[in-house]
Amino acid sequence: MLKTLKRVFSYAAPYLRYFVLTIVFAALGVSLSLAVPVFIGEAVDCCIGKGNVDFHKLGRIIVLLASMVVASTLFQWLMSLCTNKLSFLTIRDLRSDIFCKLERVPLRYIDGHTKGELTSRVINDIEIISDGLLQGFAQFFSGIITIIGTLIFMMAINFRIAIVVVILTPLSFIAASRITKASHDSYMKQSKLRGDMVGLAEEMAGNQKIVKAFVYDKRAEARFDEINKAYGKIGVKATFFSSMTNPTTRFVNGLIYAAVGLLGALGVVGKSLIIGAMTVGKLSSFLAYSNQYTKPFNEISGVFAELQNAVASAERVFAVLDENEVPDDSDKEVLESCDGTLSFSDVFFSYSPDTKLIENFSLDVKSGQRVAIVGPTGCGKSTIINLLLRFYDIDSGKIVLSGKEINSVTRDSLRSCFGMVLQETWVFTGTVAENIAYGAPDATREQIIEAAKSVYAHGFIKRLPNAYDTVISEDCGLSQGQKQLICLARIMLMDPPMLILDEATSSIDLRTELRIQRAFVKLMEGRTSFVIAHRLSTIKNSDIILVMKHGNIIEQGDHEQLLAKGGFYAELYNSQFAS
Amino acid sequence: MKNLLKYLRNYKKELLLGPFFKLLEAVFELIVPVVMARIIDNGIGNNDTSYIIKMSGLIVLLGASGLGFALTCQYFAAKCAYGFGTELRADLYRHINSLSYESIDKIGTSSLVNRLTNDTNTVQNGVNMFIRLAVRAPFLVIGAAVMAVTIDLKLSLVFFVVAPLISLVIFFIMKKTVPMYKKTQQCLDRASLLTRENLEGARVIRAFSRQNEEIDEFKEAVDDISDNSIAVGKISAILNPVAFMVMNLGIVAVIWFGGKRIDVGRLTQGELTAFTNYMTQILLALVVLANLIVIFTKAFASANRISEVFALLPEENGTISEIDEKKADIIEFNSVSFSYAGAGDYSLRNISFSVKKGQMLGIIGGTGCGKSTLASLIPCFYKATEGTVSVFGVDVNDIENEQLRSRIGIVPQKAALFSGTIRENMRWRKSDASDAEIISALKTAQAWEFVSNSPDGLDTVISQGGKNLSGGQKQRISIARALVGDPDIVILDDSTSALDYKTDLAFRHALSEDLPDTTVVMISQRTTSLKKADKIIVMDEGEAVGIGTHEELIESCDVYNEIYRSQMNEKEGSANA
Repeated sequence: MLKTLKRVFSYAAPYLRYFVLTIVFAALGVSLSLAVPVFIGEAVDCCIGKGNVDFHKLGRIIVLLASMVVASTLFQWLMSLCTNKLSFLTIRDLRSDIFCKLERVPLRYIDGHTKGELTSRVINDIEIISDGLLQGFAQFFSGIITIIGTLIFMMAINFRIAIVVVILTPLSFIAASRITKASHDSYMKQSKLRGDMVGLAEEMAGNQKIVKAFVYDKRAEARFDEINKAYGKIGVKATFFSSMTNPTTRFVNGLIYAAVGLLGALGVVGKSLIIGAMTVGKLSSFLAYSNQYTKPFNEISGVFAELQNAVASAERVFAVLDENEVPDDSDKEVLESCDGTLSFSDVFFSYSPDTKLIENFSLDVKSGQRVAIVGPTGCGKSTIINLLLRFYDIDSGKIVLSGKEINSVTRDSLRSCFGMVLQETWVFTGTVAENIAYGAPDATREQIIEAAKSVYAHGFIKRLPNAYDTVISEDCGLSQGQKQLICLARIMLMDPPMLILDEATSSIDLRTELRIQRAFVKLMEGRTSFVIAHRLSTIKNSDIILVMKHGNIIEQGDHEQLLAKGGFYAELYNSQFAS
Repeated sequence: MKNLLKYLRNYKKELLLGPFFKLLEAVFELIVPVVMARIIDNGIGNNDTSYIIKMSGLIVLLGASGLGFALTCQYFAAKCAYGFGTELRADLYRHINSLSYESIDKIGTSSLVNRLTNDTNTVQNGVNMFIRLAVRAPFLVIGAAVMAVTIDLKLSLVFFVVAPLISLVIFFIMKKTVPMYKKTQQCLDRASLLTRENLEGARVIRAFSRQNEEIDEFKEAVDDISDNSIAVGKISAILNPVAFMVMNLGIVAVIWFGGKRIDVGRLTQGELTAFTNYMTQILLALVVLANLIVIFTKAFASANRISEVFALLPEENGTISEIDEKKADIIEFNSVSFSYAGAGDYSLRNISFSVKKGQMLGIIGGTGCGKSTLASLIPCFYKATEGTVSVFGVDVNDIENEQLRSRIGIVPQKAALFSGTIRENMRWRKSDASDAEIISALKTAQAWEFVSNSPDGLDTVISQGGKNLSGGQKQRISIARALVGDPDIVILDDSTSALDYKTDLAFRHALSEDLPDTTVVMISQRTTSLKKADKIIVMDEGEAVGIGTHEELIESCDVYNEIYRSQMNEKEGSANA
């Protein structure tokens, strides 16, 4: 835990000056505000009774008091400003860092985690760190100063009663921590049930149409009711327990107040020699301070609870930051031009050591050739693409592009040789034009429109509310097919020497697809291309067809060779004619 | 909004007793300083030790009963709030289940989920806080003000200047900061969106080597967050110090004017001290009130969102529960037209056809031509705008929805599976389906091979949304799910798109062999898939431009011919290649 805290504060190091200022302003502001009651007491002492008011002295005290109040306000405000800067700038850096990290970790890491979970680390966990650690720190610090300040004032008034107060203080802590422990269990149960309930609601109400279609509503209601009732039951318990803290510590504070009153009064009466002499005025000041003294303890115990949360969040954030990055390769050779030749020799690869995938794979592709990869769903067709673009690195063997081994050139220059359209379309929140120009940010509007026209996307884009300036996003109402057209236009604009099409046309209806096919045929001319598709018709003219099954390449050759062979491909091919 | 109050009806006792006990606690809290004053005046004044001890005991007793009252109140508050929340959620969910597709489209499923979970919680929290604080804070403000007036009317004028002043400070700062907080939240949402999009597009971003640009954009977004947060912090940080400053300056004023009042003998020293105490109490109560206002504003907004859902009328339901299964025309459309609510144009126009028991109906056409809309009229998910849709010879509007839908197996375009085992997913249509029934459905859907190969078989756990299955596997499970329990009609909405030709073909063969009496409605983009259909409807922009068998359509329908030829040309082309 200490290590984590240290690490969080190392992010605050550049903002050390705000840190120091926070402490200075807190000390100034708190001590000034603590001195206020003393002067109020003195002012009250100036007004003894009818005709007995020292207006000269009262006036001076009042002016002093007013300026102290204003000054303490100013310092407390400045303290808040410094804490804000400290915490917001620190978490800004932390957030940038974790985001940069996510851009640099191997894809294997991103594929292995859900997007929601990683997003939650970048957004929610860091908010919790900000609230719990940094803002909490300011509260903690001014609390400590208040405690020390009041202690000093109390000891100055009466040392012995002050000691009694100090001895009684832990009561408040013990009570609070007992309650926290007791409520922790039901709290955990509650948050688990809440998670279950949200999960069920997301699944059921989120798929409401299917629930209705299957007449599953009664059963869904029964399941929901069950969780809902349990949640309500545990909720009463958890809320009640956790709300006990305040009244209980208030009660303990009341005890301290009573003890001070008792001892003080006895001291004034002079019956108790141990306590020492007291006056009525001193007693009321003491009571005021003992009230102020106990308050920060409640706040600090709150801070500790949040601190635990924050440390847990920080640990999750640092877990990401400690991931290995894809090694930097900027010192490697830049692949300046690509002639379109490619070869795999004796390549071995698997995602995990215990399940073999690609074994002893060799392939020679000449410039301008079309390579098609076919096979049943889930046979690992996309793996070849992952290796080619070095999203994953091969275990052994060699892949040579344009005469250079792909491990010997920079990843960026390798990837810039390829234009890629993936199975899952990706559009980001931005205008249509921005989306199309993603790979070529300097493209002119004419070039963008030209690219859209060549993939027959111009027609529907033109009809959007703001045409090319319409803002689109993943769930903006564009159909899957339309999004795919935009992705295709993106590639058209890039004009890369090599192409990768991963089931790129599966969501477009056949009539549209045919038009795109023609555009692609045009684009593929003179370019080496890889095509993964279910529809065998889309790969009929390929120079090399790789047939994959269970991660292995089981057949390899051109269309006629494979048909003549009468193997898996022939079977697959003929099945599309049967009805 | 008001209609949510009825969920409090079972908790009237808690609703009344909770604030009552809270009030008692506040009263007791106000008594403590009075007792302390007695200790000082009488105990010390008379040198009466036993009185001091007795009164100190009284303070402890007051504290203990205060604790008891507070806990009682909080128990009632929690009980009432959660009771209210639980009943509200249960009712809301029941209502959501009764909504028609049209209403679901209107609100959107993700919004429904949010209202069911987050909004109900916010309202629940509002009820809890209402019971705990809503009575106490105004009581303290009014109580302190009344006390001040009874002590000295003239001096209490300071109160009537300071209290509104503090309220004004709170009001203006909240007015200024609330929109700024919203802005900060928007910046945070943007950072969140960027992160999610980046994770989803990790491959594309890397393929385009755009990591640095993405990092720059994200840095801009987090700069916005910190700039906004610091700006709003500057203003909101004023609130507490300034409120305390106004209060302390008020105390200063009270002392100054109080001094004058004492000088003329209208006030005592002790009363002056009491005045300063009441000042503090009022301020603290006002700060609590400000927080309460924030909580209530949120709760009201949530309550309104929930009320919007309740305001949607439940789906209309027919009354006929007995269906004559011998009827030959299982599905019949009689000049049916349909337009979505709020849409200007018809999505379907004047469509008539009929399908007999055990027949297969194919629907073909380009994207957005109304294929799925047509199919969704059969289970009465949407009601025909004009004309009638009949199943088993009865208008679907007159049949009980449950009765109607339990006879239809539906395979949606997007295969949505639910967390749980495969067996549980397969029991959606029929809750007591036997393993034999499930396996036979899986076999028909060509899914049994991979299910039986997995070590846990039917007990294989599917994670939420079926993330641990491939697209083709999900689709096959989704098909099998619709086949369990021998439905009279099966609707396949372009639901074999992730299957390769071979699997698709095997499935179609199995479907006609294993379920010969089942009427199949198959939407597809491939003519080969529909070639064997008894009837094919060719859709184009909401109209049926051709109805007939494959052979008939080849002869008569231009659109069908175009689709067919383009697909056949391809194949011939590839065959000749």
